[in-house]
Amino acid sequence: MEVASLAQRVLEGERRALARAISLVEDGRARDAEILAALYPHTGNAHRVGVTGPPGCGKSTLVNALARTMRQRGLKLGIVAVDPTSPFTGGAILGDRIRMGDLVGDPGIFIRSMATRGSLGGLARATSGVIEVLDAAGFDVVIVETVGAGQSEVGIAQTVHTTIVIEVPGLGDDIQAIKAGILEVADVLVVNKADQPQAENTFRALRAMLDVGAPHSGAAGHHAPRAMLAGEDDGKGVEKLSDKGWKIPILKTIASEGQGVEALLDAVQAHRAYLVEGGRLAALARARVASELETLLREALLAELADSLGPQEIERTIDEVLARRLDPHSAVDGLVRLARRSRRGKGRRSRAGVQAQPAETD
Amino acid sequence: MSDRIRVVIAKPGMDGHDRGAKIIARALRDAGMEVIYTGIFQTSESIVETVLQEDADVLGVSILSGTYEHYAKEIGGMLRENGLGDVLFLLGGTVSRQDVNRLKGYGVAEVFGAGAHTQDIVGYIREWAAAREKAG
Repeated sequence: MEVASLAQRVLEGERRALARAISLVEDGRARDAEILAALYPHTGNAHRVGVTGPPGCGKSTLVNALARTMRQRGLKLGIVAVDPTSPFTGGAILGDRIRMGDLVGDPGIFIRSMATRGSLGGLARATSGVIEVLDAAGFDVVIVETVGAGQSEVGIAQTVHTTIVIEVPGLGDDIQAIKAGILEVADVLVVNKADQPQAENTFRALRAMLDVGAPHSGAAGHHAPRAMLAGEDDGKGVEKLSDKGWKIPILKTIASEGQGVEALLDAVQAHRAYLVEGGRLAALARARVASELETLLREALLAELADSLGPQEIERTIDEVLARRLDPHSAVDGLVRLARRSRRGKGRRSRAGVQAQPAETD
Repeated sequence: MSDRIRVVIAKPGMDGHDRGAKIIARALRDAGMEVIYTGIFQTSESIVETVLQEDADVLGVSILSGTYEHYAKEIGGMLRENGLGDVLFLLGGTVSRQDVNRLKGYGVAEVFGAGAHTQDIVGYIREWAAAREKAG
């Protein structure tokens, strides 16, 4: 199928075309770039909401309840549900739909399950591309549900506008609550399964953590590693600014019964309004683009580097390091120098026409 | 189609016996496939809509309640109506041998009943995928 006509059908909201376009982006071959290029001018309208938390905390159930409430408020939404790929077989069980049975068949909802395909950090490599496709297809909200996340899966915060972090009672003491990690990337905190006996303790521990921490006094933006491309920036573009005027709400929910979900959606929409005010959303978008470009640039440069060195050179260097004749840092320095030389060589060769040249000017 | 074989495993109707479906899901996962498991009590509409949204290559439907004729006909028809006739439609569960040919008439590619080995199912899907690849 022609990419242009596929893109056109996605923009018209045709669901089969949307499903095919997502597959193209997920597979990440040459056509991936084409379909994204065709759709990209039509993106930027959806509110991107992330839902993360430990395995079994009720992410899918909460997404289901949240989605129903969003529909009642007239919003159309896409859902991307990520589950882990087996590192051994490459296979995956994508089971988030089990809890989203209510939503299938509603034309205002489109759900796509994604396997991480080797990517760490709670999302798949192609997740942000898939969000763009859903955004272009005209959904008002795109919800991204991460894999069951522990303490360091903070990639979601850079991918979405509003991050909901779910905690459940009984997982640990108040020291867990002050450790670094996903709690820090929350724009909205939820204590799910609030009918369980330990719920009040969990709620208090989180409240105490926020009271001590706010207003955020840290110098660095607390939202995940800063993009190098934003290095000239004073950090404003990278921080999610939750620490400047946004009071992170802690809400109790019982997702399986839909309790507390209206209040959760109120908080999510209030966060959106907060971001739109004063151009925070634009700053966030800029930071996201910077970090995305950096990732892509890194991949492209690495591919180019590996290409200009050739596999033998890399293998030889690995051998050297294994034999402890070279340390990893010097090895990398050497490889970079070699690649630079060979690239310059190639440039000259193409200008000169034929001759292989022994350019040794480094 | 996707690089990875994507399979939807679903159980239609009032049939809560999902142990077989879960074993199949696990076996396909171990064979490197991405398995979307919908859970029990699905309607034909929701199953076909899931296949569409997930851009699945294969649909495996498990039925142990004896209602396979109804669902095979309904799901087979809906797949074709939705332009999903190229999806490999497999049926598992308790199926009477004498009904298999009629089920194939509804669009079921193969039936894996009681006693089928998981590796037979894996092999069948792989061969189908390889043939499709070859056909371009």
